[in-house]
Formats: sequence, structure tokens, C-alpha cells
Amino acid sequence: MKIIVIGHGMVGHKFLEELHQLGLPGAEVTVLGEESRAAYDRVHLSEFFAGKTAEDLSLVAPGFFPASGFTLRLGSRAVAIDRRARTVSTADGEILAYDKLVLATGSYPFVPLLKGNDRPHSFVYRTLDDLEAMRASGAVSRSGIVVGGGLLGLECAKALRDLGLQTHVVEYAPRLMAVQVDDDGGRILRGKIEALGVKVHTERNTVDIRDGATARHRMVFSDGTHLEADMIVFSAGIRPRDELARENALAVGARGGIAIDDHCRTSDPDIYAIGECAAWKDQLFGLVAPGYEMARIAARHLAGEASAAFTGADMSTKLKLMGVDVASIGDAHGRTAGCRSFRYVDECKQIYKKIVVSGDGKRLLGAVLVGNADEYGTLLQMALNGIALPADPEFLILPAGDGKAKPGLGPDALPDSAQICSCNNVSKGQIAAAVADGATTIGQIKACTKAGATCGGCVPLVTQIMKAEMARRGMTVNNHLCEHFPYSRQELFHLIRVGNIRSFADLLEKYGKGMGCDICKPTAASIFASCWNDFVLQGELASLQDSNDYFLGNIQKNGTYSVVPRMPGGEVTPDGLIAVGQVAKKYGLYTKVTGGQRVDLFGARVEQLPLIWEELIAAGFESGHAYGKSLRTVKSCVGSTGCRYGVDDSVGLAVELEHRYKGLRAPHKIKFGVSGCTRECAEAQGKDIGVIATERGWNLYVCGNGGMKPRHAELLAADLDKATLIRLIDRFLMFYVRTADRLQRTSTWRESLEGGLDYLKSVLLDDTLGLCDELEAQMQHVVDTYQCEWKTAVSDPDVRKRFRTFINDEQADPAIVFVDERGQKRPARADECAALA
Amino acid sequence: MKAHEPLWLPVCGIADILPGTGVCALLDARHVAVFRVADDQLFAIDNIDPRSGASVLSRGLTGNLGDHLVVASPLYKNHFDLRTGECLESPEHSVRTYPVQVHDGLVSVSLS
Repeated sequence: MKIIVIGHGMVGHKFLEELHQLGLPGAEVTVLGEESRAAYDRVHLSEFFAGKTAEDLSLVAPGFFPASGFTLRLGSRAVAIDRRARTVSTADGEILAYDKLVLATGSYPFVPLLKGNDRPHSFVYRTLDDLEAMRASGAVSRSGIVVGGGLLGLECAKALRDLGLQTHVVEYAPRLMAVQVDDDGGRILRGKIEALGVKVHTERNTVDIRDGATARHRMVFSDGTHLEADMIVFSAGIRPRDELARENALAVGARGGIAIDDHCRTSDPDIYAIGECAAWKDQLFGLVAPGYEMARIAARHLAGEASAAFTGADMSTKLKLMGVDVASIGDAHGRTAGCRSFRYVDECKQIYKKIVVSGDGKRLLGAVLVGNADEYGTLLQMALNGIALPADPEFLILPAGDGKAKPGLGPDALPDSAQICSCNNVSKGQIAAAVADGATTIGQIKACTKAGATCGGCVPLVTQIMKAEMARRGMTVNNHLCEHFPYSRQELFHLIRVGNIRSFADLLEKYGKGMGCDICKPTAASIFASCWNDFVLQGELASLQDSNDYFLGNIQKNGTYSVVPRMPGGEVTPDGLIAVGQVAKKYGLYTKVTGGQRVDLFGARVEQLPLIWEELIAAGFESGHAYGKSLRTVKSCVGSTGCRYGVDDSVGLAVELEHRYKGLRAPHKIKFGVSGCTRECAEAQGKDIGVIATERGWNLYVCGNGGMKPRHAELLAADLDKATLIRLIDRFLMFYVRTADRLQRTSTWRESLEGGLDYLKSVLLDDTLGLCDELEAQMQHVVDTYQCEWKTAVSDPDVRKRFRTFINDEQADPAIVFVDERGQKRPARADECAALA
Repeated sequence: MKAHEPLWLPVCGIADILPGTGVCALLDARHVAVFRVADDQLFAIDNIDPRSGASVLSRGLTGNLGDHLVVASPLYKNHFDLRTGECLESPEHSVRTYPVQVHDGLVSVSLS
């Protein structure tokens, strides 16, 4: 059977996945994609501006097409269907035969018909190509207008804000998100969005767009007022791409869209339509979940399951728009006959919550949540499963009183059939089954059930169900540090800090057993350093350090160590550089310039280390902590000091940051980058902390990584003044130091954080855990108690005498042999050692 | 006097070894790692890490894994049993052990 799929978007690809899983024998599947890219995640499109790449957003699992045998043709647009001959013609003039045809053409952005709607620097917000064009325009714009204050319009406003533009939203209706929220909710939402610096203009009817006086465009409204901006994005709703159906006399819905029956068949039984292009009972569905459901139904029906039927879809949504929670469930506007509502408004905290209940008060029909959507999961399950409401339903949305627990809905109250993930139609029973099959982390649950893998809104509930199921089975998640301590690193950190524990012996006696090992000793030493910041080689602490921290150098494979003086921001004076060169020459050290903008010297024997460092300290250098799980370098570009594009003094800031955080012990090494403009020459977005200068201050990016698993850093906050920037970095670093696992870089820590970037923002920007003062104070303590470890080490005779190769002999290690290579010395290989001997 | 009384070679004072750590001694051209672990127990093994050929085992962290008293190589973190010299991860990389004693605060090792 020849199957052609027209459209390779989210729903088209879901159909292919379903079909592949069903394993239809003899199926020959060709999919035509109009865009140059294979299916990608349009739900998270705005993350493109927060650092995600097209690859990050791709939905096609590596190897999917070779494994399925399906043929994907990109850049191939279907222009005509011949239903009698059962063929599809493409724009390239090719004619392809089909037995079954699936239309997954999606929708197109609606652009209001008005003069000037096609001027340069005006865009729609639909594809990655659109976003790339917006980004290019954003680089030469200062302000932007989004036409449309709906869900997509606000997403788009976030994108413009991320691009650093003064952002306006223009909406025809009297409120934002008119479909999902009511007047009161819309008012709160508006307040929140405006507080973020986005200007909202409602009840504006645009009549034309022309040249502006202060900016590229002027948008003129019917009331005679106008608004000027450099770029315009239309995001005023979507329309189904049903033109192929119309041209071929397939039935269409009353409001457009290709009419389909319960099996997703069009009026031609050999043609299916799914997703945003389809109209079921005259209804269009602009969300991904119903589209996915149609894809599943169409695939199963096509594979011969005659009973597979689409039965409509729940249009509840929960999303976070610029950090503002907005959720809408079921009958949000209270249109059911006889229904009643409960509302809670907090104009101080800007929270609005409403529930709509049935006339008899027994069932929940709908809800609107703005500003805080914590109850979404509970309310949605109550509405979907018809769970009986408590006697006083208002307590579902009222803030919890003193010591009174909110009437929640534990996972136990849900039936096994309850749909938990609506995007991928995963039930509670399937999640429980995955746990039974051995899944014990949210990552594993996502991988085997796909629950939470699309919009992520259900992840908290999925996690609860997973944990409850694990508890029911008597399983525990063992995150113990090692056999000596039945605690995670985070728990141990807390015990040490709160219990004011300062020695390993004390820690072992109170919370551990045995003698310790090469896992827990350095971990404890690192936590002691983060909390108390005593000299790491003082007394018992020295015995906890692994070789790198004990000898304050990185051990090399022949047992020698590296010497890395700190060069803050990559800045070094000519005299400093000469001194480093002289030391390297004197001790015969292999010398290499590193990616961290400093100079590494290799090949020092232990007994040479204090002598070398004495000379470096005399020349004004300090330890570079290249050996520690601690701040390494703050890389910078030249910045405004010399660069003709530089917006701010990146070197100056880098030097200041490096001095502030040098010596901070952490779960793993930490790297910073500071760029003086968006050209990003310091590659700050590949660092744990990245700072980029803007016209209005500094943008702070976090949790990036190069190395083994590159990860783009994400924007934590924009346009900060320096004091705020430093305060935020203090909080971020100390929160990471407190909560990460051992040897967990910020990037993997971020991936493991439940709630992701939003959670991080809530803790660090909104102080939802009430921790910020403490985090800042703790960091200030570390800053105030900094000492150069090498300076302390060389001036302490007890420490200094440990730097010898043999305890009973002055001679150097005869096993360390070097050979010459490219004018320097490098460790001899085994065969070279043998030849020399 | 017994016929085969071992020859004890002096290494250092017990106070020269920080509790929980080790030192390296050069004894008759051999590199010997001497460790002082809990309750001042002393152990001596080869200092050369068989996997890398580097003279580094005395610089490893000590502790216990189950019933084994161990030192972890600072290079590849493989563990050596201090009592037997066995490399727990790869027995083919095991090292030899040496008798060690402390007398009047003086640590000495026998190579016999």
C-alpha cells in the first residue's frame, strides 16, 4: 500500500511514529515537507531565542527514517491532488501515486488585510525560518510590535523581549488571551505582563501601516492614535491550510478546515486529514494534543482498526508566558447552563483564580488561573474524571490558612485510566506500568511513555505518580553518596552547614560509618570549603583532599603536576608574562596557552612546586585553582576598551567577577565568559555563567557547557545593572553549590532540576524559597575569607615539608623522564623510557 | 636471635605521616608507599601504579570499601587493598606488600 503524507510538522511526524510502531506490512510511505527542515517542536519555538538551536527543537529521533524505511522529502510542496487517478503533484512537477493520502498541512498565520502589512521588517511567527528572519531584524531594531494578544502573540512578545527590543502588544479585543481567560483574569495578566516592561494596547483596530517618524513603521489605529516601532510581527491567530481540499471538492467545515469524520477521514474515504488543517464537527483544534490524538486515530484506522475513533479533545491549557502562569480548564467562561463560579482575586500579588462548578455544586466544569497555576493538575484531573468536589470547593483555590493543608488530590485518588499527559495520551496506569518495568527517574518515564515529553506541563503530576508508585512497591531511590553516608550530597551539605560540622571525623561519627573513601572525603572537604572556607591543607582537611588539591596542581600521567597562575579575565602584563616565561624556562616546564585565556605550565615535580610558586607569587601571581572543583577562568573579549563594536567593558567586568569568585569550591569546576556585545566573542553562552553586554546593561546566561556534552546557556535575566548582576550570580552559584550532586556541572544539574529554568527563576528572581538573603550572605562569607592557597602553603613550614618525592631521601623521582618535542619537554612514553634505560 | 629476622629499613617518624595519608620511601632503589590509617595502623605497598607506571600510590586517598582497607590511585582511581596489594578492579594490576612496623615512634619497612 502506498501512503503519502502531506506535511511534516508535529502532527505529521506523530502520524509517522504511530504508523511505524503499528508496523503495517507492505506500507510504502512517503512524506512531503514544505519546509527545509524536518519536523520540529513548534510548542517551544520561542526557546529558539533563549538559546535552543534547530537541532535541539527537532522531533525526529536519530535514525528514525532509516529504521522505518519511510521516505522524507523536504522542500517538496504538494500543489495538486488528482483524486480519480489517486496521485499527488509537487511543485517540482513530480507526480506520486497513492492508495491512501494523509493531509497534515497544518495552518498558516492570519495576517489582517490592511495597507502596509507586507512592508520590510514585518513578519509572521510560525516557522524557524520566520524566527531567523526576526532575529536578523531584531539586531537592527530597537522596538517591536506584536499584533495579537492571544497565546501565540504573548509567546511572540517574549521572543521580542529576549531579543532586547522595547516590546508592544496590540490587541483588538478588550483583554489579553480572550479565548482562555475572562475579564478579571485578563486584567491581572495584563498587569503582570506590563510589569515586565511590555506595553499592552487593547481595543485597538489597526487601519494601516506606513513610514514612522521615530522608528521604521507607524501603525495607525481607527481612533486616530498611532504607535511606532522598528519591526512588526503578526500573530493574530491561525487559519487551516485547507486549500488542497477546497481545490479538489473535499468537504470543508463551517469555519474552514478539511471536514473529517470520527476516523479522521475526509469526504473521500482514501484521504485522511489530521491536526490544525482538519475540522471535526466544524471544530478546529489549534493545540498539539488533539492533533496528536488525530494522528493516532488516523494511523490505527488506516492500519485496519475500524473502531479507532476521535471523540473530541480537552482544550485545557497551562503555560508560562514571560514567567507568568496562565491556565484555563474546560468551561472557563462559565457558559454551561446553571453553573456557578467561585473567584479569588489578590491584586497585591496579582493572582486570579476562578472555578466553575455545576449547578448542583458536585462537579468541576472549568477554571481560570492567572499568576499562579499550582492547582492546575488537581483541578484538571477533577474536571476530566468527574471527581466529586469537596463540600467547600472554594478552598481548592484559596491560599492555605494557618497549618491547614489544601484539599489536594493525591495520585491515589485518580483512576488508572486518568489521562495524565494529554499531549501524548499517557494514563496513570501506563506510568505505573513503566515503574513496574524498572523506570525510577522522570527521564526514564519520559523515554518509555513519552509522558511529559512535549509541553512538560504534567511533569509535576507524573513525578508524583512515579514516586507514589515506587513507594507502593517499596522501592526507594538511592542517591546515597557512598557506602559511608546514607545521604545525597545536598543532604550532607545541609547537615554540615546547619550542624556547624567542621571535621570529617565529626561528620563520620554523627552521620556516617566506616573510614570514608575517595568519594566522600573530597566531597566533604569541598562542602567544608564552601561553608567555612578554611585553608584546604590545614590539619585534618589535608587528608581529605585528593592528589590535585593536596599538591595544589593537576596530576599528570607521569606523576608530575601542572602550574597555572591566575590571569583574571585573561589579562596579563608584559612583565607578568615575562616572569611566567622565566619560571617556565628555569624549571624546564612545558608551556601552553589554554582555551581559558591563561598559560599552563606542565611537568613540575612535587618538590619543585613550592619553589616555582614562590617565584610566581613574588611576581604578583596567585593560584589559578586549575586543580580544584572551583572557579577556573572568566574568559572575556576585548570589549568597549578597544573593540569598535564593544558595548561595555567586558574585560573590566571579567576581572572583577574572577576576583570575586576565585577560590569558591563547588561540586565541579565552574567557567565564566563575558562578552562585550552580542557578537559573543567570549563564547559566554557555552559557559556555566555567561554575561553579555547590551545597550541597557548585562544579560545573564546560565548553565551552558562546552566539552563532552555541549549545551547552550539560557537567559536567566536581562538588562541588569552590575550590582544586580553580581547579586544574581551570588545566588545562582551558591544555590548550585548547595544542591548539585558531586561532580555535576551546572548544565547537568539544570537538566535534572524539576521545573527547569522556570523553577530556577522562581527561586533566584522571585525568591519563592525565601533563600536569597542567605545565599548572598554565604557567598559574601566565601568572598571575604578568600586566601591564595599557594601563598598560605609556601609560608607554612608544616605544609611545605609535605612537598617532597621521598620522605627519606632528597633526590628527585628517577622514574620521571622527559624527551624533547617541538622545542619543549614532554613526558617520555613507555617505549622511550625503555630505550633511554 | 632468630635465623631470619627481617632487615628493617628506617623510613621516618610516625609524626611525619599525616593520619589518613601516605608517604613514599626510597628503599634500596624501590619506591615504597607507607600509609598511616585509622588507629595508627601502618601498611606498606609498592608506590608504582602498575597501570600508569607512575610513582604515585602514596598520594592516593585511603579508606574502606566494605571489609577492604584501600587506597585509590590518584590517576585512575582504581583501588588497592592495603593488606594484600590486590587491585580490586583489575587483579592483574595488583602490587606487592611489605611488612611495616613502628618502634619508639620510628617507622621502618622490611623488603624481605
